[in-house]
Amino acid sequence: MAYAEDAEHDDLHQPRSFYAKYIWSQDHKVIAIQYSLTAIAMGLVALVLSAMMRMQIGFPGSIDMDSTAYYQAMTMHGMIMVIYLLTALFLGGFGNYLIPLMVGARDMVFPFVNMLSYWFYLLSVIVLLCSFFVPGGPTGAGWTLYPPQAITSGTPGTEWGIILMLVSLIIFIIAATMGGLNYVTTVLQARTHGMTLFRMPLTVWGIFVATILALLAFPALFVSGIMMLLDKTIGTSFFMPDMFSFGSQLEYQGGSPILFQHLFWFFGHPEVYIVALPAFGLVSDLISVHARKCIFGYRMMVWAIVAIGVLSFVVWAHHMYVSGMNPYFGFFFAVTTLVIAVPTALKVYNWTLTLWHGNIHLSVPMLFALAFIVTFLVGGLTGLFLGNVVVDIPLSDTYFVVAHFHMVMGVAPILVVFGAIYHWYPKITGRMLNDSIGKLHFWITFLGTYLIYFPMHYIGLQGMPRRYYLFEDYQFIPDSAHSLNAFITVVAILVGIAQLLFLFNLFYSAFRGKPSGGNPWRAASLEWLTPDTPPKHGNWGPSLPVVHRWAYDYGVPGQAEDFVPQTASAELAPVHEGDKNQ
Amino acid sequence: MAFAIILVAIVVASVLFHFLSPWQATPLASNWGSIDTTITITFVITAIFFVLIVLFVAYCVYKFRARPGGRSKYEPENKKLEWWLIGITTVGICGLLAPGLVVYNDFVNVPAEADEFEAVGEQWRWSYRLPGADKQFGKSSVANMNVDNPLGLDPRDPAGQDDVMVSGHQLHLLLDQPVKALLRSKDVLHDFYVPEFRAKMDLIPSQITYFWFTPTVLGTFDILCAEYCGIGHYNMRGQVVVEDRESYQQWLSEQPTFAQTLTGGTVGGLIAQGEKLAASRGCLACHSIDGSSSLGPGWLDLFGREESLHDGTQAIADADYLKESITDPAAKIVAGYPAVMAAYPFSPEQLDSLVAYIQSLSSGDAPTVKE
Repeated sequence: MAYAEDAEHDDLHQPRSFYAKYIWSQDHKVIAIQYSLTAIAMGLVALVLSAMMRMQIGFPGSIDMDSTAYYQAMTMHGMIMVIYLLTALFLGGFGNYLIPLMVGARDMVFPFVNMLSYWFYLLSVIVLLCSFFVPGGPTGAGWTLYPPQAITSGTPGTEWGIILMLVSLIIFIIAATMGGLNYVTTVLQARTHGMTLFRMPLTVWGIFVATILALLAFPALFVSGIMMLLDKTIGTSFFMPDMFSFGSQLEYQGGSPILFQHLFWFFGHPEVYIVALPAFGLVSDLISVHARKCIFGYRMMVWAIVAIGVLSFVVWAHHMYVSGMNPYFGFFFAVTTLVIAVPTALKVYNWTLTLWHGNIHLSVPMLFALAFIVTFLVGGLTGLFLGNVVVDIPLSDTYFVVAHFHMVMGVAPILVVFGAIYHWYPKITGRMLNDSIGKLHFWITFLGTYLIYFPMHYIGLQGMPRRYYLFEDYQFIPDSAHSLNAFITVVAILVGIAQLLFLFNLFYSAFRGKPSGGNPWRAASLEWLTPDTPPKHGNWGPSLPVVHRWAYDYGVPGQAEDFVPQTASAELAPVHEGDKNQ
Repeated sequence: MAFAIILVAIVVASVLFHFLSPWQATPLASNWGSIDTTITITFVITAIFFVLIVLFVAYCVYKFRARPGGRSKYEPENKKLEWWLIGITTVGICGLLAPGLVVYNDFVNVPAEADEFEAVGEQWRWSYRLPGADKQFGKSSVANMNVDNPLGLDPRDPAGQDDVMVSGHQLHLLLDQPVKALLRSKDVLHDFYVPEFRAKMDLIPSQITYFWFTPTVLGTFDILCAEYCGIGHYNMRGQVVVEDRESYQQWLSEQPTFAQTLTGGTVGGLIAQGEKLAASRGCLACHSIDGSSSLGPGWLDLFGREESLHDGTQAIADADYLKESITDPAAKIVAGYPAVMAAYPFSPEQLDSLVAYIQSLSSGDAPTVKE
């Protein structure tokens, strides 16, 4: 922990000018806010795109959208939500804000690289947005960008869109790598006195392991992006086999489309956990604080995060059961995929057991956390259908898959994002978000998303294929399925509009919200114990905090308060038994 | 309290929905009832976990709600309970995995008595081939693909001469006869999917993939493309007709062999040549000939018609217009259609034959072509 001592001796560099403070800032908190606001803005773009798609699915022809535009909207919606919203928000947003505060560091270890990370992210966003305005429009290859169709005619955006998409992804990966190296190094090197690894909040564990996954998984996407770029621009054949397209033979020969799928999902499956693990960590902390109870089975929770992280690298081909890969792979990947359900289920059990004998406050963050448990449970359980190879065969490429992944890595993490923003907003701004608006926003979002996605599984079970612009004249699709689609569209539009409540709350409360004080939730973890709220540059004033216990001392017997801050010394309150050997 | 009640309501509504909703799997028409069984097993096991966990959360939220001066109980962990839960979960997982892998083993091992058929995908249509009397497919490759040989069979391969080249978008299969589908794509990824058969598999260019099934119900079923393949993906339709031996043999006897399609290629009038060209070069994937809606303007009664272009002007669909629209599709785009067609550099003779064919699809009002 040499870094902690050094950090105390260094003079605090305080930026003075507006630009240094808020634009070219090297402060992890400012960078976190920059990341978050950019990501949320991108999320709104993707939300509008999904509303357009839903109009076409629910009420075909109601808006002026041809199949080209539909597939472009579909592709950009998926890519933006997964990469530019969720990944950026959890790692660049929450990771940046919370890691230094939760481990007791003054800042990230490499503040300048951290700043560059944001500016590269912004550049990748700009390149992506440019693709909406180039000839041919953005790529419509589907967010998985499968070759050959990603770069051959017959797919929208093969002129410029796909090139900008790939370039944007490459820049994003550079940004994520610079950020990721920072988060990992900060967790390993810059923890304050007494902050052992097993005293870190689960939020830090989740983001830490997710970042390691990102550092190992993104290179696979990076190389496949570069190879596809070469296939597209100079005519190499990494992923392009012999083809006869629209009446003539193409110049490509000998490449392998399946190779791309392996590379993509070698990145793509860990990516699910790059989003999920931070959500797991954040929600653990929300539940513990608002149930006023120590998280149940902390050590198991940590090991479950690590186990999920490791296993996530050996399950990728469960996305490829009907891809035409060697069918015997199916046996192996079905087993690994269902094994990963065990540590995941353990996490769900421990969240619910944290509620047992708790003192549960149904605050807005807690409502979102509980809604996450329900939503994630549905998404996780339907994952058992799709992971079990033979059950996947009829369901693959249908709306069952769409419903599943929206539940598990769309809605569930977003519910955590909302809960976490309601929870940490007072630390960031010094003001509370409005409670009534928050509750209204919560109920519409939770019940609405359930109404959207629960029935959607069943039209998938019926065989309705995903990525269809129109479902005209298919005899196996009954009229009732079209009615259900119309219903889903109506609910989806309402849920989309309800997000304006959240945006309004976010900006309104920044100026008019009730002042929160430093620790409104009476939480025990370190980030609530800063001398100033919002924390100033350097976070801790002249000396770093000293940590004596884990972050979950709620309801400790014999104490006047129902929580003991991490900085309280061992003489004040006994250290919990699992923590003694630290 | 309200929150707990709503959680209970969600559980009850979800279970009722499962049993009462009209949205259920299509009636099974193949041997893969065992796949449906694995789905049922998965529903049962996952539903047990779903109901118990959500009800437990609802109970906790009600029972342990915050009270003034209330305190939680300090219980950091309970190793025994955690190991029990891990054990129970593992049992549940094995209950899913074991039957799943047994059925999957059936799925990957094709029975020896299975007949074979080939389905070839291209943007955005299906073609089919049967191995013929020798039960053996001739070799094929992209290099052999041309107007007369759309599936790229090797003309020198004796095994390919008797291969049956199915004409049209309908594949016929024999009731209760196991079949192995050999799948091949000319251009991009596709997926052969008949919802009633449950099984599906992707098509990959320059690779042959497979799966097998036994049709068990007479009737006509939609073939869909289930792997996104570009703007016409949603409209890549085919049909499979399952029938008894007598009608199947009747249908089979009407299909030409590869050798016949080769020799028949140069005969026939201008219209027949144009028809063949349109079929083999994929025109019909986007241009319907029966008046149904399609990605591009349909050809039925097109010749001589006045078309509204997207720039607001009008154009008569005469021979010059049609030729221009084939060789330079972007020049005039009909209102309401996307500008997505690639240019086709046909020879003047080929263009004449295509125009003659399109003209033949118009009713008597328009002047008829002289042959």
